[in-house]
Amino acid sequence: MLFRLSAQTVFSAITQMWANKARAALTTLGIIIGVWAITAVIAAIGSLNGWVMKGFEELGANKLELWGQVPEGQRGRMSWQKVKLNQTDADAIRQHAESVDLLALYANESCRARTAYEEKGGVRVTAIEAEWLEINNRTILEGQPIQPSHVEDALQVCLINEHGVEELRLDNGGVGEHIFLNDHRFLIIGIIQTKDLGPMFGGGEARAEVYVPFPMIYKLDRWPWPQATIRMKTEGSEFLGKDWTKNVEEEIRFILRNVRGLKPGEDDTFDMFVIESIVDNMRKIGDGMLMGASVMVGISLLVGGIGIMNIMLVSVSERTREIGLRKAVGANPLVILLQFLIEAVILCLGGGLLGLVLGQLTVLGMTSVDQENWPFADAQIPIWAIVLAIGFSAGVGIVFGMWPAVKAARLNPIEALRHE
Amino acid sequence: MNDVTIHVRDLRKTYKMGTERVHALAGVSLQIRRNEFVAIMGASGSGKSTLMNILGCLDKPTSGTFELNGKMTHQMGPLELARVRGEEIGFVFQTFELLNRATAMKNVQLPLLYSRRRWLGARRSAKAALEKVGLETRMGHKPNQMSGGQRQRVAIARALVNRPSLILADEPTGNLDSTTGEGIIALFKELHADGQTIVMVTHEEDVAGHADRIVRLRDGRIDSDYPTDEDPIHRIWLDQAATAARQRATVPTGPEPLEVN
Ligand SMILES: Nc1ncnc2c1ncn2[C@@H]1O[C@H](COP(=O)(O)OP(=O)(O)O)[C@@H](O)[C@H]1O
Ligand SMILES: [Mg+2]
Repeated sequence: MLFRLSAQTVFSAITQMWANKARAALTTLGIIIGVWAITAVIAAIGSLNGWVMKGFEELGANKLELWGQVPEGQRGRMSWQKVKLNQTDADAIRQHAESVDLLALYANESCRARTAYEEKGGVRVTAIEAEWLEINNRTILEGQPIQPSHVEDALQVCLINEHGVEELRLDNGGVGEHIFLNDHRFLIIGIIQTKDLGPMFGGGEARAEVYVPFPMIYKLDRWPWPQATIRMKTEGSEFLGKDWTKNVEEEIRFILRNVRGLKPGEDDTFDMFVIESIVDNMRKIGDGMLMGASVMVGISLLVGGIGIMNIMLVSVSERTREIGLRKAVGANPLVILLQFLIEAVILCLGGGLLGLVLGQLTVLGMTSVDQENWPFADAQIPIWAIVLAIGFSAGVGIVFGMWPAVKAARLNPIEALRHE
Repeated sequence: MNDVTIHVRDLRKTYKMGTERVHALAGVSLQIRRNEFVAIMGASGSGKSTLMNILGCLDKPTSGTFELNGKMTHQMGPLELARVRGEEIGFVFQTFELLNRATAMKNVQLPLLYSRRRWLGARRSAKAALEKVGLETRMGHKPNQMSGGQRQRVAIARALVNRPSLILADEPTGNLDSTTGEGIIALFKELHADGQTIVMVTHEEDVAGHADRIVRLRDGRIDSDYPTDEDPIHRIWLDQAATAARQRATVPTGPEPLEVN
């Protein structure tokens, strides 16, 4: 009986709603706006998060940067030369750090570059160990990468990117040609793909880049400043789990302090930074935005709910005689309660669906913006948000439809039939 | 025992109006047997509707007992009462009480919507009920497309559709002109002839004259309770009506008496 009744009620509620489209739309305005806002915001934040993450992934996920550092209190007294990272440090970490997958020393240098047809100052040269390419996910377009043997044997070879080929007018494509960096002659063995970091990380503007085996830095620069880039293990390590990056940092710190002979109480002579931690922060910002949006949506759902309650009270009083009649022919209070609850829920669901449609249209608008690096290009309303929105709409219907429904259920049939 | 449809003992209904108490029913005891056609009469305010509402399980007495087909309805809760209303009683109102949005067919089906059993074949039952009241050609019409008499017939069909053991009608002809009212009463007589138990409130002697028995109420009590042909008031009225008819016959040039019907 309940099923049949529900089906009938659903049908008649929809018919009535359709007959009073404008009124229904107005009363459910709060729900429409609430669902519209929350779905659009969720879609936007999702896309923005993805956009930011992609930026970091380009930069390198699971990466840790390590460099020497004169402790705060020792500035001016301790030499920077004393604290800079060296091969011993690197080897110790490679050997003992359980949590480290790969480590590469590298150093940046700005050089004067010369070819047969061009000479340019301020060219960015990075001296790298072979692992650096893998850690940073770099692709060799042509030729070969810098290999461990190149580093070991300190060969005067280099990689150059496409912009470098162009800027230095290497008309034969670069590979096999020579280039002078600070007057040292290097053989170009490969073309490396330029990594576009996106506007967030100052990428976008193409520049010439040259990569040489790490020992070469000592030829190019008298005071090189080596750093290490580290790829942390994401599996098969006992350091995973909550706050795992902190644990990795602790392990590296322990090893380095040992190697450097630091006594308890002495400050670290190095520092490190995990990119992952920014990602966490960005996530927190996204969550904060979502929270703000949720509060607004909560308010509009509340307003919507009060609208629903109002219209249902009006409906109950308009149809008092009908309720009396239904009771007189055998409808019991529960059935009447159910009927009005279903009507309220249908009304709310109608509003929720309309809100969803508007949200989807907004998302379509977001994604149709034709602009490079547009953060909202991947916006879409996730299934869980749709389920949530529908669930919330129905919930508002039940919560705010309850009182009018109880009122209807409690009506005395005789008094109801006497109602004008 | 099973022959008694309604068994009411010392039924009282008291309304509190501020400090005042209105005794709408002040101790009514009554038995109505299966297949009786009872007219309830009495002045306005004598408690007729109050009694009908209690008999229809729409209202509960302040005290007293009401047994319907052997069931003690005064002990029932709201859910059980609703079921009794739906399955054992057909109520006909003075003001019809049809749903204006719905067709005659849908109106007649309404009680079936709330009953546990009879939904299968609901259309067939509703159609049969509408045929019974002579509206088989009006099934798709809405109340505002029908005359008062047709509306009341729809209401009667709705009362019949669940095959109730008892039909209660509170002034069913009160909103109809006399010719139409006679049609409705003829329909009740037909149902009665088919074995239906009917209790009907009226304040018109000629309408009451069609019943088997007349119960007269006064101030919430039973004033008299006779078979129709033994009822003294009804007899006086019959005599008067006969005299009036004779006068009409002997004075053919006189004006038509206004109030006789
Ligand atoms: N809901 C009510 N509240 C107060 N008094 C009522 C109510 N219903 C009926 N009454 C009173 O009870 C008495 C009987 O009413 P009712 O049964 O409707 O009479 P009838 O139908 O015979 O005209 C009247 O005096 C009426 O005023
Ligand atoms: Mg009355």
